[in-house]
Amino acid sequence: MTVSRREFMKWASASAGMTAVAGCATGGSGSAGRVVVVGGGYGGATAAKYVKMWAPDIDVTLVEPNQHFISCPISNLVLGGNAQMGDITFSYDGLRQRGIRVIRDSAVAIDAAQRQVRLAGGETLAYDRAIMSPGIEFMFDQIPALKSADAQNRILHAWKAGAQTVALRKQLESMRDGGVYVLQIPLAPYRCPPGPYERVCQVADYFKKAKPKSKIIVLDSNPDIISKKGLFLAAWNGMYKGMIDYRPNSEIADVDVKGMTVKLQFDNVKGDVLNVVPAQRAADIAVKSGLITANNRWCGIDWTTCESTAVKGVHVLGDSTLSAPAMPKSGSMANQHAKVCAAAVVAMLKGQPVNADTMMMNTCYSFVSGDSAMHVASVHRYDPAQKTIAPVKGSGGISSAASSAEAAYAWGWARNIWADALV
Amino acid sequence: MSKAMTLLAVVLVSGGWAQSVMAADPQYARSLAATCFTCHGTEGRSVNGVPPSLAGQNKDYMLKQMLEFRDGKRPATIMHQHAKGYTNDQLELIAGYFASLTPGRATPAPAAR
Repeated sequence: MTVSRREFMKWASASAGMTAVAGCATGGSGSAGRVVVVGGGYGGATAAKYVKMWAPDIDVTLVEPNQHFISCPISNLVLGGNAQMGDITFSYDGLRQRGIRVIRDSAVAIDAAQRQVRLAGGETLAYDRAIMSPGIEFMFDQIPALKSADAQNRILHAWKAGAQTVALRKQLESMRDGGVYVLQIPLAPYRCPPGPYERVCQVADYFKKAKPKSKIIVLDSNPDIISKKGLFLAAWNGMYKGMIDYRPNSEIADVDVKGMTVKLQFDNVKGDVLNVVPAQRAADIAVKSGLITANNRWCGIDWTTCESTAVKGVHVLGDSTLSAPAMPKSGSMANQHAKVCAAAVVAMLKGQPVNADTMMMNTCYSFVSGDSAMHVASVHRYDPAQKTIAPVKGSGGISSAASSAEAAYAWGWARNIWADALV
Repeated sequence: MSKAMTLLAVVLVSGGWAQSVMAADPQYARSLAATCFTCHGTEGRSVNGVPPSLAGQNKDYMLKQMLEFRDGKRPATIMHQHAKGYTNDQLELIAGYFASLTPGRATPAPAAR
């Protein structure tokens, strides 16, 4: 196999970097280097596991503020009463058993010159390579009345699974039969493109069983359903016929918290439960660390290594990245970013060649009820001419129809991707 | 001496990895197979067999299945869409990687809180 000059240069420069890295490593005796991972979601937990699995002699530390991993995928089923929080809540003990140091804390600053991560609790962690998978932050400043914590506790997003998922489920349970649930969807790109439309199905499934006179109004900032459109419409016009009022081009201007009203530019929409998902950007630590490169929102990366294009020695994964063309912000994608990143980090720290022919695959299932699901899939390959990763022509696609067979595969996907991150 | 040659000389002196340069990435097959781990389990050891484990699979059998998925000869919900994303060489490397593994035990589910 021959190596192009470009590939060789890339490898050689990575190796040169490694020599410098090894020179300043002060990890335990025999350590091949220190990797600090910030954020223990789909991206970070998987990256920490794979660095340790592929190079046990690298010291790996994972920094995560939450005690448990709580999955966003499947959390819509909790809203619909088709799953419980216990089904989506997991321990980080599997990573500890692999020899990864898991610290329950938040990163407050990255010093790329000193190669240090500073934590809120006061500890400073030295690294040879840092991996940032901090997830998203909501842009509450775009919705004036939602700036206060009190308003945020009443008008929920439930777009990070956890306490908000539980609280929104309670609001739905407390709603009178004949009430109106309003879901406001931000302009793309946002976390999980099919997620809002799946949520509509799950709430409709619950209403159909428990509160059949109730209605759903979908205020979509986008001009149309942006994922699995035909498949979602088949459910909305089939098993949920007459329950769902879908309104495209419905960008939010503000909310009236007391009046339980979503204010659009030319219209006001009142509801009994308002579920407003604000626009999103990379989390604050990415902003503070100088990792944002696009639209004041997202982190640009090199798709062969996931290394930041702005800060050397720092890699970025998951939803906080500036997505490549036709690449969704999904748990599947974060999982795939993590393995590309882990392979590159191990290679860099060990002076081995870095793979320049990056492949990534996406698989996203959506449940239209408790026992019927459908998917969207894609395969992506690095394009050296465009310096990005792009869908492989002719690959990917969607289900022909939602089915119970795919619901079983969706649960199989969930159980395997959770174990792939955490065991 | 060109810049590349200078770098090569540095690399040869510091590590003697000329063979690695010629062999490209020795972990390329692993990186390809790792794209399958998301659904089929770490190292192809599925949590409860859905979708099936791939570790220890016969190479020729697995390659044949993927080619049949790709060409629409074997019906599938999703595998035909994934198989079309890889070249024949890549599919062969993936099949070879999984064939090189022992089936091993199933990956356990992560601990509940």
